[in-house]
Amino acid sequence: MRPILLQGHERSLTQIKYNREGDLLFSVSKDHVVNAWYSHNGERLGTYDGHVGAVWTVDVNSSSTLLISGSADNTAKLWDVSNGKCLKSWEFNTAVRRVAFSEDSKSVMLITEPRMGFSATLQIFDVQNGVEGPIASEPTVIFHPEGPKITVAEWGPLDKYIVAGCENGSVALIDPKTGEFVSRNKVHEATITDLQMSTDKTYFITSSKDKSAKILETSTLEVLKTYVTDTPLNSASIMPKIQEFVVIGGGQEAMDVTRTSSRQGKFECRFWHKVLEEEVGRVRGHFGPINTIAIHPDGRSFASGGEDGYVRVHHFDDDFFSFKFQI
Amino acid sequence: MAPRFDPSNLPETEEEIDFTDIEEKYQLSFEEGFDNVVVVDNVPLVDDTKEEKLVQFLRKIFKNVGPIRDGHFVMPKAVNERGKLMSKGFLFVEFETAEQASLAVKLIDGFKMDKNHTLAVNRFTDVEKYSNVEEEFVAAPAEEFVEKEHLKSWLADELGRDQLVIYRHNEVQVLWNMQKEQPQVAHSKPHWTETYVQWSPLGSYLTTFHAQGVALWGGESWKKIIRFVHPGVKLIDYSPNERYLVTWSNEPIVVPEDHYDGPFGSEDDGNQIAVWDVKSGALLRTFPSLAPPTPGARSTVSWPVFKWAPSERYFARVTPGSQISVYEAPSMGLLNKKSIKVDGVVDFEWAPLSAADASGAGVKGSKPKDDMLAYWTPEVDNQPARVSLVSIPSQDIVRTKNLFNVNDCKLHWQNQGDFLCVKVDRHTKNKKVTYSNLEIFRVREKDIPVEVVEVKESILAFAWEPKGERFAVITTSDPNFVSATPGSTTLKTSASFYYLDKGKGKDTLQSFKVIKTLPGKSCNTIFWSPKGRNVVLATLRSQTVWDLEFYDLDFEPLEAAGAKPAAGEKDPSAYLQLLATGEHYGVTDIEWDPSGRFIATSASVWRHTMENGYQVWDFKGQLLYKENLEKFKQLVWRPRPKTLLSKEQIKAIRKNLREYSARFEELDMASKTQVTDEVRKRRRDLMEDWTKWRKDVESELAYERSASGQQAPVINSADEEAEVVDEWIEEVIDEKEEIVG
Repeated sequence: MRPILLQGHERSLTQIKYNREGDLLFSVSKDHVVNAWYSHNGERLGTYDGHVGAVWTVDVNSSSTLLISGSADNTAKLWDVSNGKCLKSWEFNTAVRRVAFSEDSKSVMLITEPRMGFSATLQIFDVQNGVEGPIASEPTVIFHPEGPKITVAEWGPLDKYIVAGCENGSVALIDPKTGEFVSRNKVHEATITDLQMSTDKTYFITSSKDKSAKILETSTLEVLKTYVTDTPLNSASIMPKIQEFVVIGGGQEAMDVTRTSSRQGKFECRFWHKVLEEEVGRVRGHFGPINTIAIHPDGRSFASGGEDGYVRVHHFDDDFFSFKFQI
Repeated sequence: MAPRFDPSNLPETEEEIDFTDIEEKYQLSFEEGFDNVVVVDNVPLVDDTKEEKLVQFLRKIFKNVGPIRDGHFVMPKAVNERGKLMSKGFLFVEFETAEQASLAVKLIDGFKMDKNHTLAVNRFTDVEKYSNVEEEFVAAPAEEFVEKEHLKSWLADELGRDQLVIYRHNEVQVLWNMQKEQPQVAHSKPHWTETYVQWSPLGSYLTTFHAQGVALWGGESWKKIIRFVHPGVKLIDYSPNERYLVTWSNEPIVVPEDHYDGPFGSEDDGNQIAVWDVKSGALLRTFPSLAPPTPGARSTVSWPVFKWAPSERYFARVTPGSQISVYEAPSMGLLNKKSIKVDGVVDFEWAPLSAADASGAGVKGSKPKDDMLAYWTPEVDNQPARVSLVSIPSQDIVRTKNLFNVNDCKLHWQNQGDFLCVKVDRHTKNKKVTYSNLEIFRVREKDIPVEVVEVKESILAFAWEPKGERFAVITTSDPNFVSATPGSTTLKTSASFYYLDKGKGKDTLQSFKVIKTLPGKSCNTIFWSPKGRNVVLATLRSQTVWDLEFYDLDFEPLEAAGAKPAAGEKDPSAYLQLLATGEHYGVTDIEWDPSGRFIATSASVWRHTMENGYQVWDFKGQLLYKENLEKFKQLVWRPRPKTLLSKEQIKAIRKNLREYSARFEELDMASKTQVTDEVRKRRRDLMEDWTKWRKDVESELAYERSASGQQAPVINSADEEAEVVDEWIEEVIDEKEEIVG
């Protein structure tokens, strides 16, 4: 089917995310805007205005009532999804790189960058009062993780761990109660650009600038699958249903793009068979590197956000559902 | 470890102390003490009266070399039979250092004092050494015979596959071409070479380059066969039958004075080119590089400097503007002791040998055919430019042809030596317009007739069909051609194919005619299949176009196959067929495999860093295999030696091709099904492993979840919601109805 082009950003996309039901799609970009879209037709539901810097990250809780965004203006903001009101704005010393609601949606985790003498922090805020209630200004816990810079993070199953991907290509498990590193495994050669959980969070996929994506078991951090491509990767996502696929995307670094033709840039979403580690197809369309990929929870569509400022929402054709790998 | 000093356990007497370590450390080596002494022989015999004069004279000579130690200029004397005290005719000179002594040997040895006295200067140690040589000859023990591996073992491959070498990053791999699949590794080694690799012309050896020289590898186990020490070697060239190897280094050879066990002698000092015997590893001769024509100008090397005659009996190099020097192999001497003087000569090429010539040369008793070379000289003053054919070794000029208004010439021999095509770039009288034409020498015919093929445009590329009578040219009339630097713009070109029209009767003249001209192309290079017939036209060194076009010149149209056209009426252009067009992004190099079945296109990191890798196509233009490799540098097919089959045998095989092909087709099928079976099994196993792992993890998670008292998230409810989305689709249909209304 023809993809739906969401033209709501003026600068490159940084993260997109579906809510749990998949009817809404949230996108953030370097142009300070947070957008909410109806995922089935691409109509814009509204915007969440207030950030004055590039927005790096976004997440929505499981009941689709709260939205959190983290920005380079050194704030993270909590929004009411239904009306766009800013419920809370936390201010930090440095930019917020990653935000994520816990599985029970009672707390939210934030990663701030190390910069100008301030060390990186991992902070957890209590948000269980939700839309009604007063939101705590102070974090319940604040950690200063040592070692290589954390670029991406997610909650593990049952909120037992926080899984973090680092600049040096390693992944680590952090205990959210003590802030200690439980274990660490260097699986990539270059910085990890994205980390997305499977539906039950028992395994996750990482993408890296080293041109590969990997699936790891959450509890052991053991590499289960590896997908090697010919281009630096910016995002990877696991298809939850219908097909055992993963979708990965990236492209030549933005600074190198002008030196190459669009055919050269490899700005495609690549579909790989999750288990067999074989590439099954590609979806073209972006004319800049793909920065972020999200798959609809029902596995019937997916969206990609690119350096070119567009979000493309693709609904799969019938033959996608009937496709069977020869075994 | 030395025992610790223990004052309580001192030896009683001095004798008991162990001095061996000290003695060892301070031992004087007497043998080396005479290195700075030389012996001078053939000194005139003198008595007391003349002694001082002679000594003074000799001292003067030796002083130039270095200071002589005081009192160490000794001329022994003895009373002769007549009772007179006379000098013995030799003297000893001791210098400060051994280096000065060797310099004295080098400089003064052979010095002529007068008619009867030529000084002989030798090291004192040498005299000692050589006088101790055993009088009787003792044969060196014969080395045990070690069987060498078969250098052509790869030709015995059951499937008749060809090998290729791939050099990427710092790893060199020798691979079997597997057509549609990933090439199979025959041998691989990291850091095998430092710069690049090169096959010998018959494929026996793989040459690797190192700072200290080159190494040759081969045989089934890829052992090092031999190495040639030539520091800083950059370029090499084999003689046509792999007997000799020529190496060139940008650093002149430096021969150290002492303790040097390399292959070079003092006469090689400063030379840059070395010729070696491949089998024995012996250095045959070294040559200096030619000095640049004008002092101070950057000297450029056009490789190969020495071009080998196909018979391997001669090799020659040109000194632009003055002469061609032909050397004989293996003696390495200049033919007839002097170079062939040719004023203004620019370039030359040896005539290749035809298969018949080559086999004739092998028969005993038959006199091998003379070699021949062609050279050209440009216009000077009122002299026209001239192309000449010279027979070697007789140096008879076989044929010359004068040319006018010549800018440049290029000599192209057909690979059997049947034709020589001279591509002449010419200009009009006012030198404003340049154009090309082709002067084709039909060498095999009596008096070597020359035919002129006029081409109105500038010729970009020319290539003979191997073993054939056809050639292809790429021409351009693009105004950018003259000014453009290569690669900056893509020129508009047209490609033409020519054939030799034999005429109908015996008396009519043969002439080269156009088969077809294909205008509006962008290609700039021609790659003939080594077996002829097929040709690939490619656009290389462009930054926007990477086209490949596969042509067949003997394509039989379907109708023609059924009803053969009347003899003599066939139109050659009907047989020219474009089989396929392809594209390889960023292609830099193209090479046919030696069998003419496959062609490899590659994009090397040496030229650019975009999408490096290689692709293998078949002769029909079908892409068989493609691999992108980071830091890919080089792909070279392993050459095959010349076929041992006679013409008749080849013809017989061609006739019965069906029988042979049936067997190979069967093999192909078998390997195909086998491979898919393997793949399927692998896939099944992977899937099973995965589902098993999933089951374990899921049950574990469910257990943990219930233990921690958390309820499982209602994921399944999403299915119902999916149905809700289906209702949305129904609404869309409603909208459509409104549009109709």
